[in-house]
Amino acid sequence: MTGIAFLILFLAAVLGFVLNRRAAYAIRDGGARLHSLGGFHGAYSLLLVLLPGFVFLILWLILQGPVINRMVMAGLPDGTLTDLGSGAIQLINAEISSLAKGQVFGTPEPWKLEAAERMVQIKAYARWIMVGVLAVLVTAGLIFARSTVAAEFRARQRVERIVLGLMIFCSVVAIMTTIGIVLSLVFESIRFFDMVPITEFLFGTNWEPQIPMRADQVAGAGAFGWLPVMLGTLVITVIAMAIATPIGLYSAIYLNEFASPRVRSVAKPMLELLAGIPTVVYGFFAVLTVAPALRSGAADIGLSISPNTALAAGGVMAVMLIPFISSFTDDALSAVPRSLRDGSLALGATRGETMMKVLFPAAIPGIVGGILLAVSRAIGETMIVVMAAGIIATLTINPLDSVTTVTVQIVTLLIGDTSFDNPKTLAAFALGLMLFIVTLCINILALRIVRKYREIYD
Amino acid sequence: MADTSQHDTQWSSARAVANVSRRHRSELILKGLGLGAISIAFLMLFLLLSSLVSTGWQAFTQTHVRMEFTISPERVHADNPAGGNYRAVVQDAMVAALPGLPEADARKMAAILSNSAQFTLRDRVVARPGLIGSTITLKVPASDPYDQLNKGLIDRETPEANRRLKDPEIGAFDQLVAEGRITKPINWALITNADSRFPELAGLRGALVGSFYALLTCFLLSFPLGIGAAIYLEEFAPKNRMSDIIEININNLAAVPSVVFGLLALAVFLNMFGLPRSAPFVGGMTLALMTLPTIIIATRAALKAVPPSIREAALGLGASRQQVVFQHVLPLAMPGILTGTIIGLAQALGETAPLLLIGMNAFITAAPSTPFDAATALPTQIFIWADSPERGFVSRTSAAILVLLGFLVLMNAIAIFLRNKFERRW
Repeated sequence: MTGIAFLILFLAAVLGFVLNRRAAYAIRDGGARLHSLGGFHGAYSLLLVLLPGFVFLILWLILQGPVINRMVMAGLPDGTLTDLGSGAIQLINAEISSLAKGQVFGTPEPWKLEAAERMVQIKAYARWIMVGVLAVLVTAGLIFARSTVAAEFRARQRVERIVLGLMIFCSVVAIMTTIGIVLSLVFESIRFFDMVPITEFLFGTNWEPQIPMRADQVAGAGAFGWLPVMLGTLVITVIAMAIATPIGLYSAIYLNEFASPRVRSVAKPMLELLAGIPTVVYGFFAVLTVAPALRSGAADIGLSISPNTALAAGGVMAVMLIPFISSFTDDALSAVPRSLRDGSLALGATRGETMMKVLFPAAIPGIVGGILLAVSRAIGETMIVVMAAGIIATLTINPLDSVTTVTVQIVTLLIGDTSFDNPKTLAAFALGLMLFIVTLCINILALRIVRKYREIYD
Repeated sequence: MADTSQHDTQWSSARAVANVSRRHRSELILKGLGLGAISIAFLMLFLLLSSLVSTGWQAFTQTHVRMEFTISPERVHADNPAGGNYRAVVQDAMVAALPGLPEADARKMAAILSNSAQFTLRDRVVARPGLIGSTITLKVPASDPYDQLNKGLIDRETPEANRRLKDPEIGAFDQLVAEGRITKPINWALITNADSRFPELAGLRGALVGSFYALLTCFLLSFPLGIGAAIYLEEFAPKNRMSDIIEININNLAAVPSVVFGLLALAVFLNMFGLPRSAPFVGGMTLALMTLPTIIIATRAALKAVPPSIREAALGLGASRQQVVFQHVLPLAMPGILTGTIIGLAQALGETAPLLLIGMNAFITAAPSTPFDAATALPTQIFIWADSPERGFVSRTSAAILVLLGFLVLMNAIAIFLRNKFERRW
């Protein structure tokens, strides 16, 4: 039925376009001078039919489920829902919905069957009402649009205003996304901080988010101090940056100054290939190849290290970051004006001296910006550390130990069934908020540095 | 004084020569460091690809066993073909195939065949009850340990106690090999089957379809939204504080960690709107929010690259600003926009973390038929398989990664092709 509704809408819009354009051309052929081209008269009708209908359908589809559920639950016999928690009510609701879909398990109570039947009925009505209202909307749009066609009608201005509005709406979506991120993180975090004091979260040195399944269970009261998690994130980031920065910088220097154009034309896309590999692949590589190699290497020199080392995760993350840093550095070096380079070479400096004493210092702000962006990526990187780092939060800076990171904890807390009323789930949002704030600050700083620097030679 | 200055400009003097050679040495060192750095990067790429290929290529073939199954009326009654004892039928076939073994031992060797054998048989007989009483020859997949053995991944030299397969089991398998029952055809099941607990049956179909739906949703949402936003910001927005904020915001959005988008989707799409968990549609919406900034930035760059003379000419002929944009600038910028979009979609295809948070890592054994059914995607399927303890899944994971990388290379190749074919310099 939904498909039919969209089809009706589409056909009506096309019909409106054709009708209005034809009417406009009929006026022109009658000898009058049209203000707007026929196509704009058609487009006006198309937009008048399409937009309200589309908005209506989307709203209806979003709201239909919850409203029908509420109607069915309200229609249950009196007293069935009293004394039940919200979880139990949800269960009953889910059972009725699956009954309505024809999935019967065991022998449900008769009142549930009755409710399911009512739900099926309401849904059938709802579909007809949806199509009916849509048909009315579409017809009204068609008639109104058709009535506007006239020689003097400024169809182009109308259409362009609507199109401009649509484009503004598109730009607002990007802002809405940011607002959505901030609001959802902040609201869930506030609920978390109602259950767990914010001081414990910020300064606690113990992260054990296990939550007892029953109220009277002895073991496993959760502890939510994020310091060990943050320290683990820092350790892995430092390892990754310590490996990736020199390699990235030197590759960029080589490619920018020493490599022949042929080498450069092959090497650059290959480096970019490294950047395009999904991080889940790097994670698997870390687990499959790097971690076992590290462990056997350590065993050879008499060290025993844990299977999930920070070194393996950080090292593989460094591979992911190398192309990022090197392409930023390369861009910054290329942005230094040629005159500086030529001047230095003309004074007799070698290429290496020109690079290290002239180009590199001039490009430093851009390079620092790029490195900062890489740091923010390393902090926010998820899949490599989820697969290759541990999940136990220990307060350590030993790179051969197993550490955990903010992103690992977010994923492990939220995988599986999630309910939004226990601190275990909400803790993930608090961690997400911290992650967002930290990476946002680094990003803003980095973008600022990059931007400011680029303006110097423009 | 004059003497020393003359001495310093003397390029053949010992000090100057030493100085020059020192400078050349440091030049060489720098060059060597650069070469070393880039070699390390390539070595890593090579290691990554070779370790994937060396473990993954085995999964593109699958050991099959040819067997004659006698559907005897004792095991399967004609009045209830679906309820027959197909397990026993499979065991009978194995007893017949291994005449040298005592019957009880031969029955145990039915484990050589995949669990799917009995279900394949049942489906055949239910479809054609006339088969009861006859003998049918089928090629069925071997179970994972024997598949590994056939591919040489189980070392026969290791002591029996440490081996997954004991000597009699290997003996029975070798007997089947000697009879020519074992074949190793290309493993089409890797593409045509959905996920399964048994490695020999597990395939990527569900993940491929799920990824396709998610990407389609992502494209349908992010492409028009991204182009609309980019056109507005680049061509129509007044240059004021508001448009500045939007621009900074979009640049920042492109650098927000992907897992945060997962949190957003979980809180808004699933918790607030009550959209279904694990659905590719929701995954696509999440990915669209991530791809949007990429497309906006790429589109703005493409629009900026169109020279002002085109705009001025069209404006001079009396076109309105929107006519200029939609009829002249946008078509010229389209190759650049498409390239950026494809690269953004390629990123979305490989994105895993936000999909994990909205539950697209569930174990689902059927390919989704609509974008609203529960499904997995390629990267989440890789994540699930990488976590599986069975040995057979290691090679499946690598194979799945190779398939994913294949798609990424294809998408990037299309983007490069578009860029080269339509790139114009003014």
